[in-house]
Formats: sequence, structure tokens, C-alpha cells
Amino acid sequence: MTKTMFEPSITSRPVYGVLSPGVGSAHLFVADGEGADAVCDLFAKAEAAEMKAASHIIYMPGANGCDKTADLQALGVAQFYRAPSFASAQSRLAKVLADAHMGLQIYAAGTEGLMAQVAALAQAAGLPYEAVQMEHRGSLARRVQCVHCKGVTENVRLDPFHCSHCGLSLFVRDHFSRRLAAFQGVNIDAEDPGQVPASVERFK
Amino acid sequence: MSVGAPKIPVVVAEVVEVNALIKRFRFQRRDGAAMPVFSGGSHVVVEMDDHGTRRMNPYSLMSHPADTLGYEISVRRDEVGRGGSLYMHTHVRPGMEMVLSQPVNLFPLDARAKKHLMIAGGIGITPFLAQMAQVEAMGGRFELHYSVRSPALGAYVEHLQEQYGSRVHVYYDELKQQIDLKTLLKSQPLGTHIYVCGPKGMIAWVKATAAAMGWPALAVHSEEFLAPPVGLAFEVQLAASGKSFTVQPNQSLLEAIEAAGVEAPYLCRGGACGQCETDVLRCDGHIEHNDHWLTDAQKASHTKIMPCVSRFRGAALILDR
Repeated sequence: MTKTMFEPSITSRPVYGVLSPGVGSAHLFVADGEGADAVCDLFAKAEAAEMKAASHIIYMPGANGCDKTADLQALGVAQFYRAPSFASAQSRLAKVLADAHMGLQIYAAGTEGLMAQVAALAQAAGLPYEAVQMEHRGSLARRVQCVHCKGVTENVRLDPFHCSHCGLSLFVRDHFSRRLAAFQGVNIDAEDPGQVPASVERFK
Repeated sequence: MSVGAPKIPVVVAEVVEVNALIKRFRFQRRDGAAMPVFSGGSHVVVEMDDHGTRRMNPYSLMSHPADTLGYEISVRRDEVGRGGSLYMHTHVRPGMEMVLSQPVNLFPLDARAKKHLMIAGGIGITPFLAQMAQVEAMGGRFELHYSVRSPALGAYVEHLQEQYGSRVHVYYDELKQQIDLKTLLKSQPLGTHIYVCGPKGMIAWVKATAAAMGWPALAVHSEEFLAPPVGLAFEVQLAASGKSFTVQPNQSLLEAIEAAGVEAPYLCRGGACGQCETDVLRCDGHIEHNDHWLTDAQKASHTKIMPCVSRFRGAALILDR
């Protein structure tokens, strides 16, 4: 079982599908860690064969160390680019989107934080949010914004956790911001300072 | 606008014959106050008292959205329709008092778009006149592709070319000119949104072509008001208000409900907005669904009807109204 099942939650919480070959003039894939498997599964489908010549894959290893660069390179798509992190891939992504035409299909696979940031960039480029295909693979660690100091902490596994910017104890909500590409963390002991429940590893 | 919303009492300030088929009407408030500012793509419902028959037709606003001194619409004369456009053409004169609804926008520009690609067919140009003025004022990027039958019937072509220059592309059917849609859609920068207003066939063509080329459905916007079709007379019973009456061949079900003194919700009166959706309690016969609001499954179930454009054939129709 590779596809992640999520507990039903509030409507703000994103849900993801399974990548499938889209119709279009060009195809941009952005994946991290285990997300590479979703891309490989798509290209294993017969109808994806003719997409390869118009496909561009941007890949970064997962924060957990998962690196499937070799699998993606073996696909033989027109362009493959490996970046050490999402941040370091951003200038390339911005250039690709700036040069692109309508008809470009965008696919994101891997962790929620990665997919959300790709979707946010696509939206900033004028595409509807729904235009980005997303498939979750790998870690459930979250990208969380502290609603108090606005700092974003990547790869949050514990709940509550200490904001890496202001140090408050934050409860991680399912409330999600598409614009910020982050879940929202709110101070858990604001009314009873010091009353912080023990942290649990909720996001593995 | 819907039940209870304040209407705008106006006087006809100007009637201009644009060409053999199209007239332009300008309305100003009777009390001299300012019109509400609207957004490009909005329409108003114009109320007409056609010799005892109340007609309420939606027309796109084509004047500058920031012009609060008056509203302008253009009306294409339809010889075979139910008579609303003919009434506007033959009876409406400067100085006449009429009533407009508040502006409603079912065809707005998506402000997130990087570029607006507008495709108009014939009288479908009207919402774009307001939209282009709005985009221009906001410093946005747009391109208009406007298809008309002949130079003689190309309403506002000169004005548009003068105002917007090379961003306006005109195609004349008579000269065998056609929008090269595939080439056009292939070269659009990422973030472009399409807006299409015109005949049903043109809208379907643009939507299908864009979808086949990988455009997201949410980046393709369209508007088509349906005129309520004429049909056979039929009986209807309203359960909640306890009334029964006949809907005449050239009357819509909504108009008949209103004529019976029952207030029913509505907005566009053209099968587009969904406001007048009504539950069907009993249907012994066949509902002629003419809207593009209900889903195919809803239409097949015969449990809902859009009284603004849809009709009925059969023994008994009972509505929850």
C-alpha cells in the first residue's frame, strides 16, 4: 500500500489523489523523497509513454534521507533536475513557470509541505489550485506556521511542539493555508501558562 | 434581482441605432442619484410592460463600470423570440420610465489571472466592453477575439480598434475569417484565463478545444443567457400557495407564477444562476429542462425545475411554491 489514507477532517485540510497522465503540451513534475514512486508509477502506465519527450522532473531527496534520484533518472524524460532542497529548486521553478504556456500540466508528489508549496507557486502564476495534480507519498511530517510569530517550522512530527522561531508551545491544527502552504499552529497554554500536555509523535 | 431587493427606477436617456440589428439604450436614475458601481460582466434585468404582459429580460451592462451617471445595454433584435427585444426596439424611446434590477455579476473577471483572453461572438461582445474598460483601468493584460457576421453588423468594432489597437482582433464570417483557436490557445502564457460569450456552439467549441489542450476547466469562463423558449401551454399547480393556472405558449413558467401573484426567487432569468430552483412534488409527464444549472442526474429525476426557462408536457405538474 503506497497511497496514504487520511482521517476525515475539516474541509480546510487538503486531500490528495493519484497522479494520472494529463493531456497537455508539457508536463512538469515536482517531487520529494518517496514522491518519486508516484512519478514512476505514472510513467509505468502505457498512455504516459509519449509524455516523456515533453516532461520535466524536478526532484529533491526527502528530509528523512529518502533519495530515489536513480529511479527518476532511469525514466529518461526530456529534463531531469535534482535539487538538494525545495528552497534551492525555487529559482528554477520560477523560471519554468514564467516561460510556460497554458497547456502545461503540473504534478506534485511527496510530502504535504512540498505539494502545497508547488500549488502555491502555480496559483501565484495564475493557475487555479485545482489545476495541480497531487499525490501524497512518504512522511506525514508537517510544515506549520506559528499563528503568533508567523514563523514557519518544517518537518513537524510532534504535537504539541516548540515553535522554532518564538519558542511557544504550539498545538498543530488541521486548519491549512493554501497561500502559506502550511498548517496552523496555535499556542496550547495561552490561558493556563505552563499547562502543556506531553508531546505525541502524531506525524510520522 | 430577487424578491424584496430594491430596484432602480430609471428614465431612458438615449436610444442609438448601432446597426440594422442592434440598438443601444442608456438609462439614468429618475431621482438623479448615482448608479451603483458594477464589475465588468454584470447584467441587469430590464422590466418591460409590453401592453399588459410583464417581461423581464437580462442584459449585460456594456458601459464603463466607473460611469455612475448611467448604465448602457445593447439589444439585438430577435424576430422569432417572445417579444422582449422587439419591445425594446419598437417601443422604448428617450424619456420613457422603466425599472432595472440591481447589477448582478455571473461572469466576472478572475483577478488572479495574469492575462484575460476574451472571445466574443456577435452580441456577446457587450460584457467585454465593460470588462475591457475595467482591465484597462487596472493596468491588466487582455486580448479580444471578436467574431461577427459582416462588417455592417460588427457592433463597436471601430470604437474597440481605436481604443485598444492591436489587442482587438476581428473576424468576419462573410469574408470566411475564423478564429484559429488552436494556434491562439497554444501560445498563451501560463496564468491566462479564457472568457467566452456568444452563441451556444461557440461556447461549446471553445470549452472543448481548451479542455483537449490541457487548459484547467476553472480557467475557462463563459456566459450564455437563454431566452425562455416558447412552447405549448401547460397546467401547473402550486402546492404551498394553493394556486393553479395555465402557462401560456409565449410565457415562461416563472412569469406565469409571478402573474398569479406568487413571489418566487430569481436572479438571471436565463437558466444560468440557479436562484429560481424549485422542488417538483409531482410530475405526471415530462419536464423540458432548458437550463444549464441542474445536473443531468437532477434533470432525469424530474424532482427539480428551473421555472425561468423550463417547461412541461403532460398530465400534472405540482411545484413546492
